[in-house]
Amino acid sequence: MSVQFGNPDRPNSYIGKTVPRPNAARLVEGRGKYVDDIVLPRMVHVAFVRSPFAHAKIQGIETVDAASVKGVLRVFTGADLAEVCTPWVAVLAHLKGLKSPPEHPMAVDRACWVGEPVVAVVATSRAAAEDAAELVDVDYEQLPVVTDMMTALDKDTPVLHPEMGDNLAFQRVNEEGDLDAAFAGAHKIVSAQFSTARHTGVTLEPRSILVDWNPAETQMTAYHATQAPHMMQTVLAKHLDLPESRVRVICGDVGGSYGIKVHVYPDEVATAAIAKIMGRPVKFIADRLESFTTDIHARDHKIDAKIAVDKDGKILGFDVDDWTAIGAYSVYPRTSAIEGNQVINLCGGPYDFADYRAKTTVVFQNKTPTCQYRAVGHPIAVAITEGLVDMAAAELGMDPIEIRRRNMYADDAYPVTSPAKMRFEGLSHHQSMDKLVGLMDYDALRADQAAAREKGIHRGIGIATFIELTNPSPFMYGIGGARISAQDGCTVRMDPDGSIVALSGVTEQGQGTEAMLSQIVAESVGVLPSKVRVITGDTQVTPYGGGTWASRGAGIGGEAALRAGRALRDSILEVAAAMLQADQSNLDIRDGEVVDSESGTARMPLEELGRIVYFRGDTLPEDLPRELVQTRHYITSEYPFAFTNGVQASYVEVDTDTGEVKLLKHWCVEDCGRIINPQLVDEQIRGGIVQGLGGALFEEVHYDEDGQLLNGSMADYLVPMAAEMPDMIIGHVETPTKESALGAKGAGEAGTAGAPAAVMNAINDALRPMGAQVSAMPFTPERILRALGTIEE
Amino acid sequence: MSEMFRDKVEIDLTVNGEAVQARVPAGQHAVDFLRQELGLTGAHASCEHGVCGACTIRVDGETVRGCLTLAAQLDGADIWTVEGLSDTDAIRDLQDAFVARNALQCGFCTPGMLVAVEELLAKGGVPDRAVIREHLSGNYCRCTGYEAIVDAVESVAQKRTGKVTS
Amino acid sequence: MKASVGGYARATDLQHAIKLLDSADGMARVLAGGQSLVAAMNMRLTAGDLLVDISRLSELRGVTDEGDTIRIGALTRHVEVGDNALIKEHAPLLADAVKFIAHATIRNRGTIGGALAHADPAAEFPACVLALGATLQIMGPDGGRTIAVEDFFLGLFETDLEPEEVLMAITIPKAEAGERQVLQEVTRRSGDYALAGLCLVKRQAGHRLTMLSVGEQPELATGAMAMLDAGNIDGAVAALRAEIDPSSDTNASASYRRHIAGVLLRRAVDQMTGDVR
Repeated sequence: MSVQFGNPDRPNSYIGKTVPRPNAARLVEGRGKYVDDIVLPRMVHVAFVRSPFAHAKIQGIETVDAASVKGVLRVFTGADLAEVCTPWVAVLAHLKGLKSPPEHPMAVDRACWVGEPVVAVVATSRAAAEDAAELVDVDYEQLPVVTDMMTALDKDTPVLHPEMGDNLAFQRVNEEGDLDAAFAGAHKIVSAQFSTARHTGVTLEPRSILVDWNPAETQMTAYHATQAPHMMQTVLAKHLDLPESRVRVICGDVGGSYGIKVHVYPDEVATAAIAKIMGRPVKFIADRLESFTTDIHARDHKIDAKIAVDKDGKILGFDVDDWTAIGAYSVYPRTSAIEGNQVINLCGGPYDFADYRAKTTVVFQNKTPTCQYRAVGHPIAVAITEGLVDMAAAELGMDPIEIRRRNMYADDAYPVTSPAKMRFEGLSHHQSMDKLVGLMDYDALRADQAAAREKGIHRGIGIATFIELTNPSPFMYGIGGARISAQDGCTVRMDPDGSIVALSGVTEQGQGTEAMLSQIVAESVGVLPSKVRVITGDTQVTPYGGGTWASRGAGIGGEAALRAGRALRDSILEVAAAMLQADQSNLDIRDGEVVDSESGTARMPLEELGRIVYFRGDTLPEDLPRELVQTRHYITSEYPFAFTNGVQASYVEVDTDTGEVKLLKHWCVEDCGRIINPQLVDEQIRGGIVQGLGGALFEEVHYDEDGQLLNGSMADYLVPMAAEMPDMIIGHVETPTKESALGAKGAGEAGTAGAPAAVMNAINDALRPMGAQVSAMPFTPERILRALGTIEE
Repeated sequence: MSEMFRDKVEIDLTVNGEAVQARVPAGQHAVDFLRQELGLTGAHASCEHGVCGACTIRVDGETVRGCLTLAAQLDGADIWTVEGLSDTDAIRDLQDAFVARNALQCGFCTPGMLVAVEELLAKGGVPDRAVIREHLSGNYCRCTGYEAIVDAVESVAQKRTGKVTS
Repeated sequence: MKASVGGYARATDLQHAIKLLDSADGMARVLAGGQSLVAAMNMRLTAGDLLVDISRLSELRGVTDEGDTIRIGALTRHVEVGDNALIKEHAPLLADAVKFIAHATIRNRGTIGGALAHADPAAEFPACVLALGATLQIMGPDGGRTIAVEDFFLGLFETDLEPEEVLMAITIPKAEAGERQVLQEVTRRSGDYALAGLCLVKRQAGHRLTMLSVGEQPELATGAMAMLDAGNIDGAVAALRAEIDPSSDTNASASYRRHIAGVLLRRAVDQMTGDVR
């Protein structure tokens, strides 16, 4: 029996409703339990001495003074930890040619970026550990640095890892059709250089881990702010030489992740190694200043790109040359080649055209490693694509909405495979665009823009269509050899009081996983959502799963929950049928009661059924199955990814005297398939948009030519704050995936994917009458004025 | 010379209505004191350089950055944190509005955000959205994009003043 | 990070504070509102300081009318500066500046005396009091002294204050009838340090113009002031751009700041002449 999604009056209709998150009431009272809130007996704290140089040989380490500080218990060097922890190499077999050298939890002979951990100091307090860390004397011999992306492969640039041969980590060309012919026959060719700045996630809760090693039980327990507990279990077991079954990763409340907390960090593995050596709990909470040099960075790309169009605005082809620099190592185990790979897979995504060539070149440099961060590659690909489409429209004198309508895949074109070889099961570009145009009242906005222009006020409208990759199959990591689960499981059980417990392999970082799962389980079993308790984030308790990344929680974890819930419902009804001498097919469960499905007449509350099963099982037929617990696992198999789509619009005002950009309003229409909780989806979109707006206007990690990070504090690295952010209108189109019964795709990254391009196009729309154009993010006041040519040197 | 300077300081204060006596390291900031010594883990340490607002607490009736206030300076002070404001139902309507509007996701900023918001609401009236945004311009939230927070604050202001518009 | 502090002492009165400072062999730091100092300690930009907490000295509080001037106690907090009726009436520039300073929670704690003694060239109050021609009252082991604000700022985070001295109060001449005081700045985000900012005061005696975030210390832009006095706006813009020496950082280049200085000056003049934007 499938869920009658089309009938809003169906029994137990919780999927599709706004239901409060069960954990929110706790968090607003300050009753969250984040890793730093956990205190264990005999717990000690670790602080790291980090390399002050981007590239340096470690000649010697003097720790006597540090060890003498009151409260200090042990001081470890990289060599000390190398004895108990094996290094890792972050490559994936399906990313052909990707290379990266072995990386240790702490530098052994050589430090390769500012911030790389070199020495660990363990003390009874973090303050004492920091005092002592300042007294560690490391003798460095500085080595030549590689910092510039575009010259990293030049002959006279030093090779960062000599054993790798060169500074090339990965290169791939994604090609389809005859691009040269397409460009040769084009009416117009528009080319541009784009750049997206190096970002970092700035999770409000810094990276946090507390590891306890109990040698008497041969048991390691890691309390970890992570998105992927099972992946971390595997990693810690493998590199600390423990059976996987003896590592338990517990992930309680997490104070923001956005991809930052899905990676393996050297200092976190070092913390586990130290716990194993010391046999007592060791806590590491990253300080904000060290977060800037050690949390992964992302999005450091420079792109030369071209679009060819015919005289009617039909897109003939895209030619994209993408470069990115990933720091000193590919990050384990997801690797740092994925972002570039996504860029060349996603460019041109919404459009029906034939000829395509996109190349990514991924190089090493002496900076903080980059890796996957919310909307991996999407904001870059969307900026390239949508920037070029707008520039082409301007060349043709065509309205930006019109050029998109002429090129987007028709809503009845699916399934379709794009020139970038992405397979789309079902998208809704035209419906979404129509809805957006209505929501923003496009014509009225154009009139407002014109009226403002009369008064010397420069406003601009920017549109950005996009696709978003969600619900990844093993094609993302598993086929490359990484033990990163694409499947996910859910166990649903009924306890004697008729309440339901659901254990899921996906995790909660605030996006509403627990609410979403409680709704699905409530509907599929037939109880109130308040009767469902959801447990996530404990490898010893939940079914094996991948965790939360790539917008997979609802689509993968939700489907597993739906299937487990339906199975439990069947188990309950089988018992009920025996007890009530009824035909199982005539019974249903509604609001926690077994009822006649035809009449709705109550037959038996679930707590009565629970009482009989658990305490008077002797009264049931001996051969009656009575396991009121079911587990189901789900994996996507027909498509490598479930693509979603959407379109955003931005309305901005540019102060052409100062270069300031004011965000007046923002719109997004997106299609994430089945919506389980409208409010949660809307707020994912809004939060994602603002993360994208940060990249458009503010965020940029600056380095100097020596590889020193220049703006590593929250006073200097500018994140979006309340005063500058606009109100956002969100709309939806629902095209459920047919691959699952639930039909849900992901929604976590759509906002971030499209927002920067929308703002870029809006700024350029405002500047166009002055002949100015920007394409290097973030669009700072200075970059705006330089585009306008008003700054004298 | 430095015998007049102490590296441990005796303080006598009130926290969430309860009397507290403590001896604190001279350099310990208020949030570490509340979290580590008193187990009040609601306010969070995040940037520890006064920018993010996660550590916002109320001292003698006004909001302060817990990370920019030394515990040693709190002798005689009257401190309120989200725990005390919750126990006394002082901000129940605001908390309910945050939950109803999903004005929090990961929740890490929320205790500080609530204390900051209450200072604005206590001035009375219904501040317009720009004023709400400006008042919260020192409280970082990476999850929500702020709009839901502004909505929740606005709705509570309207209810408290009886000017409910919707 | 966690601050590393040499010691803490709570001053009971001004003389006690000076005695504490005098005893510390230059290792002492005055702790007032702490909004810059504690941040610097937490970032370990300074360590081992002997902190003299003056925050309870009631004699350093309050704003008083002294005839032709108003006297602002050094411990007057930003929020109080913004709300004070005497300041609003007689030195509106200072009251206007408050909303540009950081955020509400910081303004609850930060003090005007602390801001002046810290002498951050990107801060509003130093540039404001210089534009207003304030005098500063200082107490030390040998008694009190008064210094003109023009002689107070000596360089980047550097003032004329001796290590054993305490800034007590700021005295500001009351605005004349018809006097105009204007603050203009450009910031990346609300409450951030300005990319560039400008304080312009117009009195019968002439204009006074200072800038923030364009040099190592707040300074009077005397060239531009003379041009303004002569009614030559274009000349004033050119003079201002020539006489400031901004530096480049990750938020903006020196060229941008120099350019914006001129933009802000035009805006300030427009604002004074009623052509507000």
